[in-house]
Amino acid sequence: MSDVLSAGFLPLTDAAPLVVAREMGFAAEEGLDLQLVKAPSWSSLRDYLVLGKLEAAQMLAPVPVAGALGLGALGGGMEVIAALNLSGNTTTISNALAAQMREAGYDFDFTDATAAGKALIALGRPLRIAVPFPFSMHAELLYYWLEKLGLAAPQSLSVRTIPPPLMAQAMASGEVDAICVGEPWGSLAVENGDGVMLLPTSAIRQSAIEKVLAVRDGWADENPDLTRKLLRALWRASIWLDQPDKREVAAEIMARPDYLGLPVDLVERALRGVFIISPQGDLRDAQDFLVFASGAAGFPWRSQAAWIGMRIAARTGLDQAEAMKAAKAVFRTDIYRNHLRDVGVDLPSASEKVEGGLDHVTEVASETGRVILAPDRFFDGTVFDPE
Amino acid sequence: MPDQLSVLVVESDRERALQIVDGLGGSDRFVVSVISESSGLARHVAERNPDVVLIDIESPSRDILEELATASSPLERPVAMFVDRSDDGLTQAAVEAGVSAYVVDGLHAHRIRPVLDAAISRFSVFKRMRAELETTKRALEERKVIDRAKGILMKSKGMSEEEAYAMLRKTAMDRGRRVSDVAEALVTAAGLLS
Repeated sequence: MSDVLSAGFLPLTDAAPLVVAREMGFAAEEGLDLQLVKAPSWSSLRDYLVLGKLEAAQMLAPVPVAGALGLGALGGGMEVIAALNLSGNTTTISNALAAQMREAGYDFDFTDATAAGKALIALGRPLRIAVPFPFSMHAELLYYWLEKLGLAAPQSLSVRTIPPPLMAQAMASGEVDAICVGEPWGSLAVENGDGVMLLPTSAIRQSAIEKVLAVRDGWADENPDLTRKLLRALWRASIWLDQPDKREVAAEIMARPDYLGLPVDLVERALRGVFIISPQGDLRDAQDFLVFASGAAGFPWRSQAAWIGMRIAARTGLDQAEAMKAAKAVFRTDIYRNHLRDVGVDLPSASEKVEGGLDHVTEVASETGRVILAPDRFFDGTVFDPE
Repeated sequence: MPDQLSVLVVESDRERALQIVDGLGGSDRFVVSVISESSGLARHVAERNPDVVLIDIESPSRDILEELATASSPLERPVAMFVDRSDDGLTQAAVEAGVSAYVVDGLHAHRIRPVLDAAISRFSVFKRMRAELETTKRALEERKVIDRAKGILMKSKGMSEEEAYAMLRKTAMDRGRRVSDVAEALVTAAGLLS
């Protein structure tokens, strides 16, 4: 008899670990009947989780942090017990903006965030950019990117919340100039001729935490057995997903009506890291666009939480040191370690690292030897010390 | 009347919107208005400055309202909040019914309660109707598929309608599947072979 566990997700390509854990039998192998619930919005997903209608949920990494800082409706009440993926979002600009940038000689190289940001700012107009939620890596990375390049927020930059399915339309109607969103929504906008893809967010920051596995406060401590099964199933799913030859199958599964209900061709782009960026069909590669397992991707680094806490505090006028402390406490590295130690997961010795300090693939100490971490640079070379 | 609560309902379906207004009406304690478009939703809500905002929990546009719960300059109205957590029962009931409510911070629970009670009962009805509609729709679709499968069997095996149905039912029982699943498989296979 398997244990039943309900987990919520939003229709996004990076919901893949939950979907694969169910569809490829990794959950069943752990004796878990993983029931997946498609949620209509992040706020509903959060409320279902906090009010106990779901046991676990895919969540934007900044949402539990914002909750811990007392921000957002319904407040806190969530803990992060794993990272589900690193990176996975794109920024797409309106055709009007793209035409102006092209005229000014910008070549849409898809890798250089400095050049892209400068070309955007050189248009000399206030920018209105859509994100899926007020607390999201989309918002944090956009603010970071454009502020570092000298754009003044909020005078010249307005970041607004629009649900992903409505974003392309909002851009087409001129309500916003650009959209920053998880795949496949950026590719869908390009496919429908509504814009040109400018950058993957991984060009702003490599290996940035994106979605996390969130549970209600105390749930993981009260349900160690279920937590263990879920974490192991997701870990196995993520290893499977990071094998390049599995990505095509993953795209087929994610494209099904139960999950995304969109053509495989669209879904596949993010999983293969090969994008069609314009209605004319220009192709661009994005290295490490969406990472599930490699480089200890599943480890919920407290320093990533601290960075998010610091950024949110800075723009909402809260005390930054306090915010970093509160943010770190929400990321339960201890739970992740306890349940995955004996299945051979490489667990870093430290729970925090200097963020942005790795230029290339680097070996660091793990509990049993060495663990390999992926490059994690910010586009401007800034290094963030969580201390 | 300065003491009246202003309630804003976000609902794009006109029929539903009218029913909500109806359900909330009949009281001089609140004024209800409706907003239907999702573009510029945050701006429209901010302009109207309501005490309570009600929105279907299934609406993806709900995330737009989350912005109101955070964007708070000193000049803006106090932060809008989801129903106060001190009344978990009420929040739970609202979520069960499928309505989410954003309430201006600082409003007393006893003033919000009547609005929410009315909204909860109205949304519960919607939810039940939605579930009924889906069940009916599915049943109709299943019946259609079973009819087509019966037709295929009758034509290709020269069976009567009763015999065709008996065969579908027996196959379903033998395989531990539903009759409609077997019928669908047959229709698909027949489509491929024709």
